[in-house]
Amino acid sequence: MPLLENGQIIEDTWQEAQDGQPLSPDSDILVPLSRLAEGLGRNTGGRLGVVLTPADKVEDLRAALPRLDMVCLTFTSFRDGRPFTQARALREHLGYKGSLRVQGHVIPDQYEFLLRCGADQVVAGTQSPVSVWLEAHKRFSIAYQPSVLDEKAEGFAFRKWLSPS
Amino acid sequence: MTQTPQPSSRQVGRYAYDSVDRTFLKQRVDQFRDQVRRRLAGELSEDEFKPLRLMNGLYLQLHAYMLRVAIPYGILSASQMRTLAHIARKYDRDYGHFTTRQNIQFNWIKLEDTPEILDILADTEMHAIQTSGNCIRNVTSDQFAGAAQDEVLDPRVHAEILRQWSTLHPEFTFLPRKFKIAISGSMQDRVAARFHDIGLLARMGDNGRAVFEVYVGGGLGRTPVIGTLLTSELPEEDLIAYLEAVLRVYNEYGRRDNMYKARIKILVQALGAEGFREKVDAEFAAMDRARYHLPPEIVEAIRARFGAPVFDADAAQAEQALALRLKADPEFAAWVRTNTHPHKQKGYCSLTISCKPAGGIPGDVTSAQMDLLADLADRYSFGELRITHLQNVVLGHVRQDHLFELWQILQLNGLGTPNIGLITDIIACPGLDYCSLANARSIPIAQKLSARFADAGLQREIGSLRLNISGCINACGHHHAGHIGILGVDKRGEEAFQITLGGSSGDLPSIGQIIGSAMSEDETVDAIVRIIDTYLAQRAPGEHFIETCRRLGTAPFKDAAYAVA
Ligand code: HEM
Ligand code: SF4
Repeated sequence: MPLLENGQIIEDTWQEAQDGQPLSPDSDILVPLSRLAEGLGRNTGGRLGVVLTPADKVEDLRAALPRLDMVCLTFTSFRDGRPFTQARALREHLGYKGSLRVQGHVIPDQYEFLLRCGADQVVAGTQSPVSVWLEAHKRFSIAYQPSVLDEKAEGFAFRKWLSPS
Repeated sequence: MTQTPQPSSRQVGRYAYDSVDRTFLKQRVDQFRDQVRRRLAGELSEDEFKPLRLMNGLYLQLHAYMLRVAIPYGILSASQMRTLAHIARKYDRDYGHFTTRQNIQFNWIKLEDTPEILDILADTEMHAIQTSGNCIRNVTSDQFAGAAQDEVLDPRVHAEILRQWSTLHPEFTFLPRKFKIAISGSMQDRVAARFHDIGLLARMGDNGRAVFEVYVGGGLGRTPVIGTLLTSELPEEDLIAYLEAVLRVYNEYGRRDNMYKARIKILVQALGAEGFREKVDAEFAAMDRARYHLPPEIVEAIRARFGAPVFDADAAQAEQALALRLKADPEFAAWVRTNTHPHKQKGYCSLTISCKPAGGIPGDVTSAQMDLLADLADRYSFGELRITHLQNVVLGHVRQDHLFELWQILQLNGLGTPNIGLITDIIACPGLDYCSLANARSIPIAQKLSARFADAGLQREIGSLRLNISGCINACGHHHAGHIGILGVDKRGEEAFQITLGGSSGDLPSIGQIIGSAMSEDETVDAIVRIIDTYLAQRAPGEHFIETCRRLGTAPFKDAAYAVA
């Protein structure tokens, strides 16, 4: 499935840990929260990321965050908006600066929202052509409220300029 | 005699869009047009399309699509009203239906026409954004905002701030359930603040800035709840930050496994007021507050974009002119007494135009009537109109010496009914005539009751009374908050109705109690007549229905309702 960053398709260099399998020693690997300790204990050059479910508490990552290169949030359904709040909490409360990926059932109409809540990578489903995602990335030029991004002010009030570049 | 319409850039009572706002609306229309295209091309499943169309106010109902157009905090310009008339005429069956959330619904819309309709709406700075779906809905406010004598603070400015803040909010567009906010700036709560997910009562703080009492977790529906006071002293500068905190807690902890338990009221009950407050406070404390800080400059910049009426200097004599008319014409006097509201400006009043003629459908207005209302607004009220949550239309600033002329015109057009606040000023949801969730028809029983109590003298004798009808437990007709409520139920495959008594919104909120088993439509109408007779027989001098009800309890009314004639 295509992986998007900044409205571009990029290559995915990460692997997801397989249930019951040992963690591969050198690759960039994504582990579930339950295997976080194991991942942190993997004393190699590979990078480490964590996959959260919508019910996981981002607070549980607090101690590990400085050692994580990736947090991946999962939409079990695009209607379940909890990952938006998880993303914001990671960026805003926990000051997380690494990659923030989103996977699962997301739709292009949510692309802008995801970015504005702090996600930077999106695993795009195959249902919609990638062109629709790229369109969605450019659809709006302004937003009305503050977000976690430091968007440029547009005119007055809270209005923000959403620059697609 | 006639008012000059104000220049369109600062229409009275309305927030003036600029080119950025207009661009945004057009981008939103384009997005929806594309969503419709993708749906038709099979790129979006109906499951995926549904929440997207709902966020543009488009429902699929019993017979057709229904489009709900937002009227932010109820304020409309005359030209916007004409646009609504045009849509009713061209895309619907010549009618629009004003609703209890200060919106207008069109019941016979085609999916393919919707992008075009949204485009037409956008041309007059209107939209259907977030009138539906699991997002922050159209923010409602006092229909007398900016005009009422008892107002301490014009709530439209903050309602507009909340509108902007909540529009396509990135984090809160896929909430567990719909989310409704109401805001009042008067001593008297006319917005049913405690029956909303968040109710805000604004007052003036010591520093000359607004302060808010924040109620949370109120609502009707199958579990009616009166909102809990979360804080009584929220400073204006923290308004956005605090609401973000409340919504975040709701988004994180609100139930998603059961849609009947997904509203914030259930979460507040589950955590308890204290537990909920602790979570909100923790979130609020942890937030980057500077980011969400609402400084006075922003409030003032938004206030400055509202047009304000320039009142006539000679209007002071209007009162005497009106007084003479009132003496000369008792019928007119009765209308003025029920349908006007005190204005802060001497010589003016706010006028409520009843959309509930005897035997009519509450809230239904023809396109011709909409055009007329627009013309009257231009002539008599600075080109501004308001839609009330009681499904009527208000002219906010009418010179008292223009009332007589207005009354005559309204009477000729079926809009002169003197029943505001009386028993035939009925709220009714669309019910089984349109709504796919309904158990019973709300409209015919509303029409029968309205015809039964049509006599103006009898209505005045009965006095202040709120009668609300919902076609099912979802309570769109606010039946729980009615002094008399009627709830449509299904009784072994037949439409039937339960009566509730003692509900009230406003300053002393209470939830109506069901008095007994359901009855047929005609039995219900008769039962209500007997309930009213009981009240008339047993009331203490000067007592309103709700007061008698509170004093006596429901027992005597129940006996009357179920007495076999
Ligand atoms: C015709 C299509 C309609 C449908 C399918 C519909 C659906 C619903 C549903 C499912 C609920 C229950 C929500 C809950 O408590 O979780 C509800 C409640 C409500 N609806 Fe509607 N409704 C419709 C029309 C209206 C109209 C015309 C209005 C007036 C603007 C309205 C205003 C309300 C209000 C005020 C509630 C009270 C619930 C609360 O906020 O606690 N609805 N509606
Ligand atoms: S109360 Fe029930 S019948 Fe009436 S509009 Fe709401 S959902 Fe439909």
